Amino acid sequence: MKAFLHILFICMLSCLALPCFAEEKEEEAFDVAATIFEHLGDSYEWHIAGDCVIPLPCIVIEKGGVATFMSDEIEDGKVCKGYHIAEEGEYEGKIVNADGERPFDISITKNVLELLIVCTVMCVVILSLAAWYRKHGHKKAPGGFVGAMEAVIDFVDKDIVKASIGHGYEKFSYYLLTIFFFILTCNLLGLLPVFPGGANLTGNITVTATLAITSFIAINFFAPKEYYKSIFWPDVPLFLKAIPLMPVIEFIGVFTKPFSLTIRLFANILAGHVVILSLTCLIFITEPMGEMMNGSMTVVSVLFCLFMNCLELLVAFLQAYVFTMLTATFIGMAHNE
Amino acid sequence: MNLLTPDPGLLFWMVLSFAVVFLLLAKFGFPVIVGAINKRKEFIEMSLLSAKQANEKLAKIQEESEQLLADAKAKQKDIIASAMQEKQKILEAAQEEARSSAKQIVDEATAHIAAEKDKALREVRSEVAALAIDIAEKIVGEKMSNTAEQQRTIEKLIDEL
Repeated sequence: MKAFLHILFICMLSCLALPCFAEEKEEEAFDVAATIFEHLGDSYEWHIAGDCVIPLPCIVIEKGGVATFMSDEIEDGKVCKGYHIAEEGEYEGKIVNADGERPFDISITKNVLELLIVCTVMCVVILSLAAWYRKHGHKKAPGGFVGAMEAVIDFVDKDIVKASIGHGYEKFSYYLLTIFFFILTCNLLGLLPVFPGGANLTGNITVTATLAITSFIAINFFAPKEYYKSIFWPDVPLFLKAIPLMPVIEFIGVFTKPFSLTIRLFANILAGHVVILSLTCLIFITEPMGEMMNGSMTVVSVLFCLFMNCLELLVAFLQAYVFTMLTATFIGMAHNE
Repeated sequence: MNLLTPDPGLLFWMVLSFAVVFLLLAKFGFPVIVGAINKRKEFIEMSLLSAKQANEKLAKIQEESEQLLADAKAKQKDIIASAMQEKQKILEAAQEEARSSAKQIVDEATAHIAAEKDKALREVRSEVAALAIDIAEKIVGEKMSNTAEQQRTIEKLIDEL
């Protein structure tokens, strides 16, 4: 109850403060869609708040060679080394060359930097855990963070991977553990509103598609002969195979599995981000409607945001669990058919 | 829709970094952790098993020692009982022997006494006969011939007394 009052007080305080803030930069109408899409999408620099921007390195490769520059050298329509950001057209918001063509762009964008942060965090955490086990051996029970991580790792290894795949699960255990912790770290960092997090990685179709492709490889490339037989020559009446109806359906099924994995993770995380951003935008939409309205909507917005963030915390774990479990189940199905 | 088109640059970095992270963790990270967890599980199971076995062993040993103690007690009782019996037997035998030897001694003594008495009587008798002859000689005043016939007569007279 005390904590609740505390939160309520902070909400009240924020609704007092925010209108004053907002009044300073009036005039330009607030574009909700643009704000939300800016947060969801990728960008060449990392926008933190107001004028605080972290410039990131851009790397483009073309036939002429590699060009590198910082993102603040091409902001606001500036041209650097013949490259600029397209204002409109097919490549709007992307780096193009003087002819308006798109080079091979491997810039360290916001999402790429977030990806590298996620990878670093994962490596540091898991390798330091491994170091703990190397140092202490198996006769000492861990406590604190190591113990908590051990519980999660053991849960994934035994209750997801072993339970879904069964015999011979060890071959896939490390891959699925990596997938689980990768998605979990992305999701959790995505929930942070400021710098080390905030990018929308698992809500990006490139990332989820790559993850799904790895699970496609894990499902299909290690499957026994019977799996391929069940796809191309399944145990069904001959007339279903003669006109290759069943094989076609089965063959499509091979690709719908990773596709559904891609879309599920992508849509869930994207939707969560959209809802939280929309609720936050509510404050700024109601700003022209007067202080009373704005203040009360701010309270509503903050409370809903609080609720949504708790929900997203659950979703972060849930989606990592679902992706891992479904991949493990598909692998198990391929092996035990 | 910008959100639904994959970005080649991000794809490049994603593939690269995911591959690196996967290889790194699958080689140096997870095997160590999962191995340690599994080993500890085994270790705990083994410890429980050995503890159970030790308990069982202890119980068995206790039972055995109790059995041993009971056996020893029974044996002790047996030995005592047989010793008592032996003692009784020896006592009885000794008594028997004593009794028989005493009886023998008494018998011998009795026989001896009887023989002595006979002898003494006979001596007394012959002495008395001699005395009687002497007295009779003196009374009669004549020397009676000490013949066998006279002797017989005297003995007949003594017997009649």
